Amino acid sequence: MDANLMPLLPMVQVLVTALVVMVRDLFIDEHEPRGFLAFISLIGLGLAGAECVALWGGQQSAFGESLVLDNFALYFALIFILFAALTILSAIQYLRQRAIHEGEFYALVLFATAGMMLMAAANDLLVFFLGLETMSIAVYVLTGMWRASERASEASMKYFIMGAFATGFLLYGIALIYGATGATNLNRIAEFLVEQPSDWPLYLVGGGFLLLVGFAFKAGAVPFHFWIPDVYEGAPTPVTGFMAAAVKAAAFAAWARILLQKLSPLDADWFFPLWVIAIITMTLGNLLALTQSSVKRMLAYSSIAHAGYLLIAIVAGAEWGGLPLVFYLAAYGLMTVGAFAVLTCVADEEAANESYRDFAGLGFKRPFLGMAMSLFMLSLAGFPPLAGFTGKFYIFRGAVLSGQVGLAIIGVLNSLLSVIYYLRVIVAMYMEEGGAPGKSFAQAPYVYIAIALAVIGTIYLGLLPALPLDWSRAAFAALE
Amino acid sequence: MAELAIGPLSILLALPVLGALLLLFAPRRKHALFAIALLAAGLEFLWSVKIFALFDGASGEMQLVERLRWMPAFGIDYIVGIDGISLFLVLLTTLLTPVAILASWSVENKLKEYLIFMLLLETGMLGAFVALDLFLFYVFWEVMLVPMYFLIGVWGGTRRIYAALKFVVYTMAGSLLMLVAIIYLATRHAQTDQALTFDLLKLYGLRLPLDQQMWLFLAFALSFAIKVPLFPFHTWLPDAHVEAPTAGSVILAGVLLKLGTYGFLRFAMPLFPDAALLMGPVIAALAVIGIIYGAVVAMMQGDIKKLVAYSSVSHLGFVMLGLFALNLQGVQGGIYQMINHGLSTGALFLLVGMIYDRRHTRLISEFGGLWKQLPVFSAILMVVMFSSVGLPGLNGFIGEFLILLGSFKVSPFLTAAAATGVILGAIYMLWMFRRVIFGPLSNPANEKLADLNGREIGLLAPILFLIVLMGVYPQPFLQRMQPAVELTLKRIAAVSSAPVTPDHGAPAETQGNGR
Repeated sequence: MDANLMPLLPMVQVLVTALVVMVRDLFIDEHEPRGFLAFISLIGLGLAGAECVALWGGQQSAFGESLVLDNFALYFALIFILFAALTILSAIQYLRQRAIHEGEFYALVLFATAGMMLMAAANDLLVFFLGLETMSIAVYVLTGMWRASERASEASMKYFIMGAFATGFLLYGIALIYGATGATNLNRIAEFLVEQPSDWPLYLVGGGFLLLVGFAFKAGAVPFHFWIPDVYEGAPTPVTGFMAAAVKAAAFAAWARILLQKLSPLDADWFFPLWVIAIITMTLGNLLALTQSSVKRMLAYSSIAHAGYLLIAIVAGAEWGGLPLVFYLAAYGLMTVGAFAVLTCVADEEAANESYRDFAGLGFKRPFLGMAMSLFMLSLAGFPPLAGFTGKFYIFRGAVLSGQVGLAIIGVLNSLLSVIYYLRVIVAMYMEEGGAPGKSFAQAPYVYIAIALAVIGTIYLGLLPALPLDWSRAAFAALE
Repeated sequence: MAELAIGPLSILLALPVLGALLLLFAPRRKHALFAIALLAAGLEFLWSVKIFALFDGASGEMQLVERLRWMPAFGIDYIVGIDGISLFLVLLTTLLTPVAILASWSVENKLKEYLIFMLLLETGMLGAFVALDLFLFYVFWEVMLVPMYFLIGVWGGTRRIYAALKFVVYTMAGSLLMLVAIIYLATRHAQTDQALTFDLLKLYGLRLPLDQQMWLFLAFALSFAIKVPLFPFHTWLPDAHVEAPTAGSVILAGVLLKLGTYGFLRFAMPLFPDAALLMGPVIAALAVIGIIYGAVVAMMQGDIKKLVAYSSVSHLGFVMLGLFALNLQGVQGGIYQMINHGLSTGALFLLVGMIYDRRHTRLISEFGGLWKQLPVFSAILMVVMFSSVGLPGLNGFIGEFLILLGSFKVSPFLTAAAATGVILGAIYMLWMFRRVIFGPLSNPANEKLADLNGREIGLLAPILFLIVLMGVYPQPFLQRMQPAVELTLKRIAAVSSAPVTPDHGAPAETQGNGR
């Protein structure tokens, strides 16, 4: 038994912070301010981030190789920590306005973050499952936390039922793989696949496909995307940003480690289905996003489209697609969290104020919000020199290098479709007059910090991506 | 060239951005904002004159080259340089930008943002002209779209949102496919030469099989053809022009369209010479269709701005015909005509804007007999119009003559057809001029119009000066272009498998059509 518990440190740090926040919350009177809980959470996240940076470059494992804290896990841990911090920053005022319980909110965000970190570090299917459930249950609750909102309750219920269903697939897949290989540890499974390169029992491939279904559900790929628009629309806006950025990144991180790397001998079996799914996911996501009148719903559908771009990287394979995948998740998450943070300032307390019309005049009334939102939209649409362009460039480059020129062309044509609806937000902000009379936009200093950070990140990843690319490369290299 | 950290071209790219940043923090007072913007654009022009002075006219190679590692892992570098082809387009850009800013005096609404976008647009255009790394070029090519999108969409006419979106979507439809082609090209280069690079000058040396060249050429050509715009990809242009504010139209017609023709000459043709030779006759034919179609449609327009917009389609057809003649006269004439068109059409849009500011209409039928009321306006319009139709003694003549001379060697038939476009051009311009300027002053609304003021004359003066100078003394311009054009033609001939020399590289089928 090795007793190295170091790899647990960042996760435990986040979990302990969550517990501290939860317990401290109990001792505050109903009407006392709870703002400092957010700062406790941020400090905890900051410490966890510092620990990740300190551990960078090491390759530690614990519990008989079922948990590996390599650069890949650390890279994603840092991404999750960053997204969680931005989510908390953009939630502070939002929660207060709507009388949503603050203490639980922050604690749940932290629990979800710890679950994601576990997912990215898991080297065993059961440990991965543990992380997935920790994350999912926390996010189910977060989705329904705005109890006064019927939409949020509905979304939470929907998410929970569908998510539980998908989890069932995943667990069944794990069982089948265990039956075929006699192991849940990824290293053992990989060894088995290499030693016996052929005549796998059918249920091994079937188990792989069930895993695929589970991942596709969490990542929001067609045909397992139906929950996304309703859940994204109903959830409190900061939670939606968190889901779109961090949950998606966690799903793809696990996907990359488990399917793209360790189970890569099965590639040939799911290459074609994935190729088809990638195309349908992009195209359907973009086409449906075009028809939306709510910006929040549009962003939900566009997140499906972005899952499609990420699938291009997966189809391109580990050699060419790995680095773009890892980089794009960071880029996409940053601009998405930023966009949803802007959305929190537009929405009114009463509810549904996220249509394009509600953005009218924002650009000139609130120059900072308008500029930031334009930047996020342009970046999502893939205009250079912003993060979204750099990410797409690497993905399409990976596709071309792996011989998938056709997929790259379909990808760019999809980008073109997305330009239309992303620019509509800019049209509303700058080119349409007025908007509803008396419509005001929330003044929220903490959100502004989150937005400013996302803006800086979006520009930095686009303009000077050399250093972040080195990190991404180091992260993905750790898997090989 | 030695490895420079920050050279003159980087300063050229940085100045407008600095001006825009300064504007961001400037007080919202009209005079202060204009002062800053004009100072930035004026300094930029002076700096480009300095670059003109630094430029060695005897060499056809890239000059003032700067290289900086950007994303070494992908072979992407920051490389800029200038040669006899881009030099004049850079000067045209830096000249037209301050003119366009000065012409925006009547903009009251959100002036600060307007001027910021004008300056950012300038950097985008200049960057695309001097970029020598395909990735960098693509970045500037796309960056340019955003300020133009805002200029049309916020400060445009009634259908501005539709026009702005159409402009962006059309342009991006082409350019995104070009992006895939760029990636593919660099990948192929990495496979054959073991060096990952987007460096244009290195990629020139790559020789691909014809079928791959064709696909790549088509992807690049689509992107550039939309920008030019080559018939039948021109439908975005009238919308964008009509809805854009005056300064937007000036920049759009004066500079942006030239990026398409420049792209053909700098990228599509030398990178894929075999495909360019094979497709040359098709593109030349489309160019001629564009010349005639643009002229005929222009003739039918009741709106002066639309007339000028369609005349652009016709004039850019001439440029394309010259470039695809693939000989010295044709290409030189093409470049010369790019500058001519930038000057004369820019001036026409300015004049249309001035009359629109006074009357808030651009319908030809609303005018007539303006010479009585607006003698200076009428005189300037006359000179510009003659420049546009190619009257000898003015710049347009030199360009059109060289183009026809060059293309005649390749295809007399197409040249003859194109020459009818010259006649049609004279017809629609003179007819418009007659209806607007001559005749009785019958519309009472025109009786109290004020003639051009000092600012308006002042901003037209440099353009008029160049129109005359380039008409009577073309030598200094042609001389500096020649080495670079010869080098480009040599590249096309050297890499191409078909034995072509710059002077009689006529694809057989076109000649067959001609007889």
